[in-house]
Amino acid sequence: MTRHERGLLFVLLSPVTLFLAVFFLIPLATIAIFSLLTPGLYGGVEWSFYHWNYGRIFGWADGIIEIFEPVYLQILWRSLMLAALTVILCLLICYPVAFWVARLPQKWRMFFLFLIALPFFASLIVRLYAWLLILKPSGLLNSFLMTLGVIGEPLDILYTPTAVVLGMVYIFVPFMFLPLFSSIDTLDRGLIEASGDLGARPWQTFFKVILPLTTPGIVGGSVIVFIPAVGNFIVPDVLGGAKGLMTGNLIEQQFLSSRNWPFGSALAMVIMAVVLTVLILFGSRARKAGVMT
Amino acid sequence: MKPLLEIRAARRIFTTPEGRNIAALDGVDLSVGDGEFVTLLGPSGCGKTTLLRAIAGFEQIDDGTVRLDGADLTGLPPHRRPVNTVFQSYALFPHMTVARNVGYALEVQGVSRTVRMAEVAEALDKVGMADLGTRSPGQLSGGQRQRVALARAIVAKPRLLLLDEPLSALDRNLRQQMQFELKDLQHRLGIAFVFVTHDQEEALTMSDRIVVMRAGKVEQIGSPRDIYRKPKTRFVAEFIGETNLLPARVNRVGGDTADIVLAGQAVTVPAGNLRAEMAVTAVIRPTDFILGSHGIAGTVRRAVYLGADLHLKITPDDGPELTVVARDTSRAPGEGDRVHLSFDPAQVHLLEGAQ
Repeated sequence: MTRHERGLLFVLLSPVTLFLAVFFLIPLATIAIFSLLTPGLYGGVEWSFYHWNYGRIFGWADGIIEIFEPVYLQILWRSLMLAALTVILCLLICYPVAFWVARLPQKWRMFFLFLIALPFFASLIVRLYAWLLILKPSGLLNSFLMTLGVIGEPLDILYTPTAVVLGMVYIFVPFMFLPLFSSIDTLDRGLIEASGDLGARPWQTFFKVILPLTTPGIVGGSVIVFIPAVGNFIVPDVLGGAKGLMTGNLIEQQFLSSRNWPFGSALAMVIMAVVLTVLILFGSRARKAGVMT
Repeated sequence: MKPLLEIRAARRIFTTPEGRNIAALDGVDLSVGDGEFVTLLGPSGCGKTTLLRAIAGFEQIDDGTVRLDGADLTGLPPHRRPVNTVFQSYALFPHMTVARNVGYALEVQGVSRTVRMAEVAEALDKVGMADLGTRSPGQLSGGQRQRVALARAIVAKPRLLLLDEPLSALDRNLRQQMQFELKDLQHRLGIAFVFVTHDQEEALTMSDRIVVMRAGKVEQIGSPRDIYRKPKTRFVAEFIGETNLLPARVNRVGGDTADIVLAGQAVTVPAGNLRAEMAVTAVIRPTDFILGSHGIAGTVRRAVYLGADLHLKITPDDGPELTVVARDTSRAPGEGDRVHLSFDPAQVHLLEGAQ
C-alpha cells in the first residue's frame, strides 16, 4: 500500500470510526467504568473504586464472603436457556416455511415476505398485550380449549417461562426468517437434483447437501435472534411474572427502580461477556465444520 | 435384441402462467440399445431437455411409459432410477472436495470408505483427473469441472448415462477435444449415452443415432449420415447443416429411374416413390456443387474466405440464391464472376411436395 493509498484509506474510514466512537465505544466505556464505581445513595455513582458489584453477581454480596447466594447467576443461566430455546424453536418454525416460500411463484413470494414484515407495523407492547389476553386463564386460548373439551381447567401458561419463550419466539421469528430465506432461496436447485440423481434418498439429500449449504443462514439467523433474546426485558416484563424474570429485567430494575447504576452496569458487562463467548465458540465450531467461509 | 431404454407414447403438458397448455412432449417413442450413443437434437423448446429429465425422473410424464432393461421406471423419483446425469451447469457440490463429489453416489449407498476411495481413484483416472481429488470444485477450470461431473456420474457404473448439453459452457477448442474424449470414454465404458444438444455439428460428430425433435415430437431418427443425407422433412434438412432447397418437377418415371427438372437442368434420379407430374423439393448440400464450365449459370454475389474453403453466395440467372462451399484454389472465383454449377445426381435427395 503506498503512502497515498494509506492516506486515502484514513480519510475514507474516519467517518465510520467517528460514528463507532461516539455511539458505541463511549457508551460502552461509560458502562465499563460505572460497573467499577460505588453506588450512590440516591442513584447515580460515587467516584470511588468498588469491585463488589461483580462479586454480588457471582453470589457474594457486598464483600460478605460467608453468605453465598448465586441467585443472579441462576437468572443469567435461565436467560441463556430461554434464549437458546427461542433460537431452536424459531429455527424449527422458519426452516420449512422458508423452504416453502422460496418455491412459490414470484408474486406469492413477495406477498409472504410482506406478511412476515407486517407485525413491525404495530407496536411491540400492544402485540405483547394481545398475547396477554390470549394466554390469561380466562383468555382466548383457554376458553377455546375448554369449549372444545380438550381441557377441564384453564392452563396456567401466563407468567411462566413458557409464556416468555412463546412471546420471544413470536417476536423473533421474522429475524430468523429473513437470513434463512436468503440462504435457502439462493441454494442451487440443480444440486438437489444432482443429489437425487446420484441415488441419495430425500433425507440424505437434506443432511448432506441442503443443510450444509444453508448453514450460513442458520448461523446468521441464530446469532441475530440469540443476542437480543438473552437481554430481552419487555417480554418477561409483560408475560413472565416473577418466575419468568430474565437478566434484562434485572438490569432495567437496577437502573430504574433500585437506582443501583454500578450494579446494573456490572450485570450488563457480564452478560455481554457471556454472549461474546458463546458467539466465539459457535463461530469457531462452524468454521471448523467448514460451513462458513 | 431388446433395447436398454424404451420410451412409449410419452406426453408431458406444461401450463404457462397465462393458463395456456404446451405439450413439451407430444407422444414421443424412443428406444436406446445397450452401449449406444444417442443424441437428442433440436432447437430450444423442442422438448429434448424435458425428455432427458423424464428419463432421469426430474419430470414425471403425464402419459406413456419409461422402461429401462425391462423394468418400469414410470413415476419413480430420481433416486430410485439406475441412471446418472451430467448436468449442463455440472452441479458439483461446492462444500465437498472433488473426491467426495465423485464418491457421492457410493457414499449414499453406504459403500465402505476404502472401497469408495478405490472406485473414486479409478473414475478420476478414467477422465484424466487422477491428481485433483483433494481440490474443491471452486478451484477448478471449466474443463476440469466437466471431467469431475463426468467421473461423478460414472462412478456407480450406470447402464445409461444422460448428458444435458455438457459441452455448451466450454470454449470451441476444448469442446472439440471433449467431443472425442467423450466418445472414446463411452467406447471404453461400454455404457449407453443419451446426449442432449442443440449443436448439430456435435450431434453429427459423436452419435450412433440422432433423434431430431421439434415442438415436442420426434421429427426423424437415424444415423448421422441418414439425417444429413436423407432428411425426411424440410425442417430436418434445414436444421442439420447448411442446405439448398430447390423446387423441382418430375417429368417422366420409367423403370427404376425418373427424369426431373431441377433449376433448368434435366437430371436422372432413382425412381423411389416418385410419380410423373409430382412437385418435389431437392436437397443439395453446399459441398455437393461442382464449379465448372457447364450446369446452372449464375453470378457470385459474395465470397467469404474460410481458410481451406470458400463460402460462396451465388445468384443463378433463374431461381433462388444458392450457397456453395468450394475448395480455395488458385482458380477459385471472386465476387462478380460468372460461374457454372453442376452436381452429382446421386447426391441429390428429394422431399415430396413443393416448398
